[in-house]
Amino acid sequence: MPDLLDKRLAFVTGKGGVGKSTCAIALGLAAAAEGKRTIVCEVASQENASRVFKKGQVGFNEVEVAENLWAISIDPDESLREYLLLQLKVRAMRDLLVRSRVFNYLAAATPGLKELVTIGKIWELAQTDRKVKKGRTYDLVIVDAPATGHGVGFLQTPRTFAAIARMGPMHSQATALDRFITDHELTGVAIIAIPEEMPVNESASLEEQLTKEVGIAVDRVYMNAMYPERFSSDEASKLERVLELTEGPSHAAVRAALSQFRRSRTQREQLKRLTKEVSPPVKTLPFIFQPRLDVSALRRLAEAM
Amino acid sequence: MPSVAEILEDRRVCICAGSGGVGKTTTSAALAAGLAARGGKVAVLTIDPAKRLADSLGLRELENEPRQVDPKLFAKAGIEMRGELWAMMLDAKATFDELVRKHAPDAETRDRILENRIYRQISNALAGSQEYMAMEKLFEIHQSGEFDFLVLDTPPSRNALDFLDAPKRLTQFIEGRGMQMFMKPTGFATKVVGRGSSMVFGVLKRITGLDLLSDLSEFFTAMSGMVDGFRERAKRVNELLGDPATAFLIVCGPQGEPIEEAVYFHRKLVEAKLPVGGVIVNKVHYETEEDLAEGQVTDELEEMLGGDLAERVASNFADYQALAQRDARNVEHLAGELKAERVIRVPYLDEDVHDIGGLLQIDRYLFATAAEREAMATGQAA
Repeated sequence: MPDLLDKRLAFVTGKGGVGKSTCAIALGLAAAAEGKRTIVCEVASQENASRVFKKGQVGFNEVEVAENLWAISIDPDESLREYLLLQLKVRAMRDLLVRSRVFNYLAAATPGLKELVTIGKIWELAQTDRKVKKGRTYDLVIVDAPATGHGVGFLQTPRTFAAIARMGPMHSQATALDRFITDHELTGVAIIAIPEEMPVNESASLEEQLTKEVGIAVDRVYMNAMYPERFSSDEASKLERVLELTEGPSHAAVRAALSQFRRSRTQREQLKRLTKEVSPPVKTLPFIFQPRLDVSALRRLAEAM
Repeated sequence: MPSVAEILEDRRVCICAGSGGVGKTTTSAALAAGLAARGGKVAVLTIDPAKRLADSLGLRELENEPRQVDPKLFAKAGIEMRGELWAMMLDAKATFDELVRKHAPDAETRDRILENRIYRQISNALAGSQEYMAMEKLFEIHQSGEFDFLVLDTPPSRNALDFLDAPKRLTQFIEGRGMQMFMKPTGFATKVVGRGSSMVFGVLKRITGLDLLSDLSEFFTAMSGMVDGFRERAKRVNELLGDPATAFLIVCGPQGEPIEEAVYFHRKLVEAKLPVGGVIVNKVHYETEEDLAEGQVTDELEEMLGGDLAERVASNFADYQALAQRDARNVEHLAGELKAERVIRVPYLDEDVHDIGGLLQIDRYLFATAAEREAMATGQAA
C-alpha cells in the first residue's frame, strides 16, 4: 500500500477542536514541499486556508496559495450546478432544472445530497483527466473533512446513495465514488487527535469505523499539540518542595512549571493509550506556543509530519 | 462577575451551546452535579460523553431515558448530595422513531415511514435531526414535570448556529411548499409513478434514475402525513427555548476562533430573542503578573533550584504568560462585545476531567464568586 502522500486523495479527520483544519493545511505544505502539486479542500466554508495565507476569500475556485499548493472551499450548491452541467451537457437544460421549484425543493430536502455532491467534487479534483474546463491536474487532493460523528456518515454517503438508487446513472456514479474512496491504493485517511481523554477515545473508534464499516484505509494518526517534556520527576519533586517558599512571580512560575509537568505526564499517558488502540504508528506534533498560527508555524508542523 | 448560581437563579432549564471541542459536555455535567448537590432534582441530557465520564456517572448507551446517578458516588468523593442527579445519553435515531410513532396519523403511515429505505438509511444524517431531537427530548422531559432543573448539552457541531436553526430547517422540510406537490393527486408523486411527462421530471429522471425518485417520493409522501403534529410540536419546543425560565449558556475556549464564534453566537441568540445567561470560557491560562522584569524569575529561583532548572522554569513561565496574555485579550474582547452579559472563566486544569471528583473541581470555579475564582486560579487560596 502506498504512503498517504503518494495516494491521490487524503482525508484529514478527527474530533472537533483538535486542529484538524490546521493539520490539513500543514499536510498540504508537506506534500507540496516534496514537489507534489497539491490542493487542500475545505468543505464547510471555513476559509482557514485563505486566512492563513492571507489570500482573501478562496471560495469555489482553485486558488494558488503557496508553491505547489492550491486551496478551494467546496460549496455544495456550486458543486451540484457543476455536476448537472457535466451530466446534461446543455447549459439551457441545466438552467431549466436549477430554476424549477420541484428541483430546488428536492435538492434542498433530499437527505445526504449535499454530502454526495461535495464528495463528487472532491473526486472530480482527484481525476487525472478532469472534465471541468481548464481543470488542472493535481498529484494529491487533501480534504479537511467534517469532524467525527459527521465524518463517518460523510464518507459513507456514496454507498448509501448507491444502495438507495439501486440502478441508473446516480447508482453508477455513487458506486464509482465509493470504489475510489475505498481503494487503498488511491485514497487514505489521516486521523488527528489531541492528548486528552475524549479525543483519544474518539480516534480509536473512528479508526475502527473507517476501516471496518467504510472500508477506507487509515494511513496515519497524528497526536497534535503535544507539550515538550520540560521537567523530570525529580525536578518536579524539587519544585514542589520550593513552591511554598516562593512568592509573587516566582511562585507563579513554579506553579506553571508544575502544571506543565503534570499536563505533559497526562499527555504521555494518553499518547500511550492511543498508540495501543490504533494500528498505524502514531506521530506526534508539537504544541505551538504562539497566540496566532501563521505560515511559519504551519511549516514547522509540516516538517514534523 | 457573578457565579453560575446567580445566573441560574429562578431558571428551570439551561442549554449549554457552543462549537465542538470546548468542553461542553464536561461543563454541562459539572453544572448539573453542582446544582443537584445544592438540593433539587436535576437531570442532564448529554449526547456523547467521554467513556470514563459516562462510566463514572453510570450512564449507559441507547437507553434514551434519564437514570439516577448513584448518590454513593458523591459520598465517596466527599460531597454532600442534598438533591438528586439524573443523567441520560441521547439517542437521536430512537428519539426520531418515537416522534414518528407519536405523530403518524395511523399505523400504516407509521410503518411506511419507519420502514422507508431513505428514512432508515439517513434519518440520522438528515439536516439538523440530531440537534432537533435533543430539543425534542428536552421538551418531553420538561413536560413530564419530574425534574426541578434540566441541563441540555447540545450536539457537537462545527457551528453552534446549527443548533438554533435545526427546528426551523426540520419544519421547513416537513411542511415545505414542495411537500404539497407530493400530496396532491396530480402532484409529483403521481408523475413519478405515472407517465411523468413534464420536462423537469424527464431531466431529473435522466440524472437520478427512476428508483431513487420513487423512493424519495414515497418518503416525502409518508412524512407529509405528520405535518400538523410536527408543526405544533416544533412551536412548543420553540416556546420552551424562549421561556424566561430558560437560560442559554455559551461554552467556548479562550483561543481566537472559539471566542469569535461565541461572540457571533451570542449575537444570534439576542437577535432570536432567546434568553442568554452568560458565557463560560474553559481552559483559560490565567495571567498572573503583568510587569515582569527580564531575568527576575531566574534570579529569584537560582539559589533554590540551581541555574539550569531556574532558567527552564523561567522560560516555561514566559510561554505560559504569552498564552495567558492571549487568553486575557480574547476574554476582554468577548466581555466588551457582550456588554452587560456575564463571562465566567474556568482555568486550564492540570488533569483531564473524567470523574465526579473532577466535575466538582470545575464546580468550585463555576459556583464561586469572581473574587474567590480569581484567588483559586492564581493559587493564593487554593
